[in-house]
Amino acid sequence: MTEAALASSPPSALTPPPVETARAELEAAAQRRRRAVVLVLGGLGAALGAGMLASVAVGAVALSPGEVLTIFADRLGISLPWAVTAQQEAVLLNIRLPRVLLGVVVGAGLAVGGAVLQGLFRNPLADPGLVGVSSGAALGAAISIVLGASVAVSATELLGPATVAGSAFVFGLGTTVLVYRIATRMGRTSVTTMLLAGIAVNALCGAAVGSLILFADDGQLRNLTFWTLGSLGGATWSSFAVAVPLVGSVLVAAPWLARALDAMLLGEAEARHLGVNTQRVKQISVGLAALAVAAATAVSGLIGFVGLVAPHLVRLTLGPGHRALLPGAALCGATLLVLADLAARTLLAPAEIPIGILTALIGGPFFLWLLVRNRVM
Amino acid sequence: MRRVLFPALLLVLAACASDPADPATEADTDSTAAAVAAPDVEVDVQPAADTERIVTLGGPVTETVYALGMGDRVVGADQSSLFPADVMEKPRLNYFRQTSAEGVLSLEPTLVLASDGAGPPGVLDQIRAAGVEVRTTPEVESVSAAEVRVRMIAAVIGRDVQADSVLAAMQASLAEADAAKPETSPRALFVYARGAGTVMVAGTGTSAEAVLKLAGAENAVSEFEDFQPLTAEALITAAPDVIVIPERGLESLGGVDGLLLQPGVAETPAGQNRRVVAVDDALLLGFGPRLGEGVRALAEGLNG
Repeated sequence: MTEAALASSPPSALTPPPVETARAELEAAAQRRRRAVVLVLGGLGAALGAGMLASVAVGAVALSPGEVLTIFADRLGISLPWAVTAQQEAVLLNIRLPRVLLGVVVGAGLAVGGAVLQGLFRNPLADPGLVGVSSGAALGAAISIVLGASVAVSATELLGPATVAGSAFVFGLGTTVLVYRIATRMGRTSVTTMLLAGIAVNALCGAAVGSLILFADDGQLRNLTFWTLGSLGGATWSSFAVAVPLVGSVLVAAPWLARALDAMLLGEAEARHLGVNTQRVKQISVGLAALAVAAATAVSGLIGFVGLVAPHLVRLTLGPGHRALLPGAALCGATLLVLADLAARTLLAPAEIPIGILTALIGGPFFLWLLVRNRVM
Repeated sequence: MRRVLFPALLLVLAACASDPADPATEADTDSTAAAVAAPDVEVDVQPAADTERIVTLGGPVTETVYALGMGDRVVGADQSSLFPADVMEKPRLNYFRQTSAEGVLSLEPTLVLASDGAGPPGVLDQIRAAGVEVRTTPEVESVSAAEVRVRMIAAVIGRDVQADSVLAAMQASLAEADAAKPETSPRALFVYARGAGTVMVAGTGTSAEAVLKLAGAENAVSEFEDFQPLTAEALITAAPDVIVIPERGLESLGGVDGLLLQPGVAETPAGQNRRVVAVDDALLLGFGPRLGEGVRALAEGLNG
């Protein structure tokens, strides 16, 4: 039967195709892939642009597109026929615009942080919380909210309203450094130990936050709870100005890691054989991810799901190659967060919904749909 | 007309300093003295430029504006503003500690009256930057500071005359409460509950303790400050004669029977005699204009 099958199959199936044909096919495939990448990234960019425009135009305070244009044109020295009040101008330029832009920065930062860590850990469930950034930041925020008035008086005077953000940023980074140090022995970092150390340090931070909650009064407790739900409501030009260079430098630096992270996907030993300095990659990856996520968390509180889901959404459509994944995740995370914030601001206006609820509400079903569609039978 | 009386300012400062012993002692020794002195309380506050459309952030602030007869000017209030019923019909803003600047501005207020705890940081400045007048009032935990706050709000919205009657009514009900006090002070435990998992008791220096003293009870807890989680042993050690609990908290536990099921409660004198007084915490703990009513109801409950 085997012989018969062999005999009946066409000869071309047995003889390898000429080298030229194979190369041509490979090139065609690569071109198709490039086109898909350009298409998806372009699509995401367009979606982000549209989302930002919608977010700037829509809000609790009613502004017509004409009025929005007039306010922006006025800044450029052009006067348009629509009449706007000083209050409308203040709402658009001092409240809505920094908020939308901060959403872009935070969303991109969380998503790229997640993408880098998922690559490094070769684990699709990795999210920035894994290396302690989020729990450390939460501890920093809790310390500043609960003890701020008594212990850190000088710091409070120095930083004013930015104390919580500063403390969250420092503790977020510090916790990650601690986890990294624990997992590093004689110049080598074990990714597995880092994961386990992260779990232990997260538990410790949780315990510390818990004990602070015990001492917190009603107002502090509420502030802390709202902080852990995340919000872009505190966005100002100054918080945007602080977050942009921190997250921006990560966005610029991350693509240099793309090749190395691709190699790491094969396994650490394999990556080493391919000539990758794996220790350096680990160091830089963890550092970049922690920087982006700590900065994003410091200005917006804990916003879950974006760092986990945005890289996945891109990976499911573009594959695991980091050269497309990293910018894709940044665009996707920014879009997701801007849209979630738009919904947070408008659905219950004049009240607001905590954004963490909405990122999960929007991201969750979409993610499930992609999973079901792509599941391997 | 608007004399600057330093005692008034000092009282505000004292209330802000949150010295644990302070509100309690003030509350229990001063209730009658304050009643005499109150009409003289004057505050150095300039009236707001335009009170046509007011947004209030914080339950007691909202109640005070309504009590002063300016409820029809309120165009929106935060989630903690539950009284009077009319305010529930107005646009509801976020809880005052999580205010959204644009949400407030969308109501086109001419004046935002906020409690000191309003936030998050920077939001009130954003509202000011949009050209809307923002005034803050202190969070208070004593009768005298509460009176100062009524005066302050009245001065801002130009209702000084109405403040006299609000304060007079408050003092009248406080005096009635004083008359309704139990002869011997029972040891009372103030329990704050939001479901069985979250049961806290009021320690020293809390507004709840100040209220208990006003109503003629003694706080059964003297070992710790602030609100602490309830433990069975601490409860039995405190041995309260009566348990005071906000109505909504009692509901969340499933009534008196549910409260008695909490570990240790049934072993206390209060539990054995089923002496539980349910109070409206919105009436009491915010130290708003209805404080007197709340204290009177509590005093009657303690006596009955």
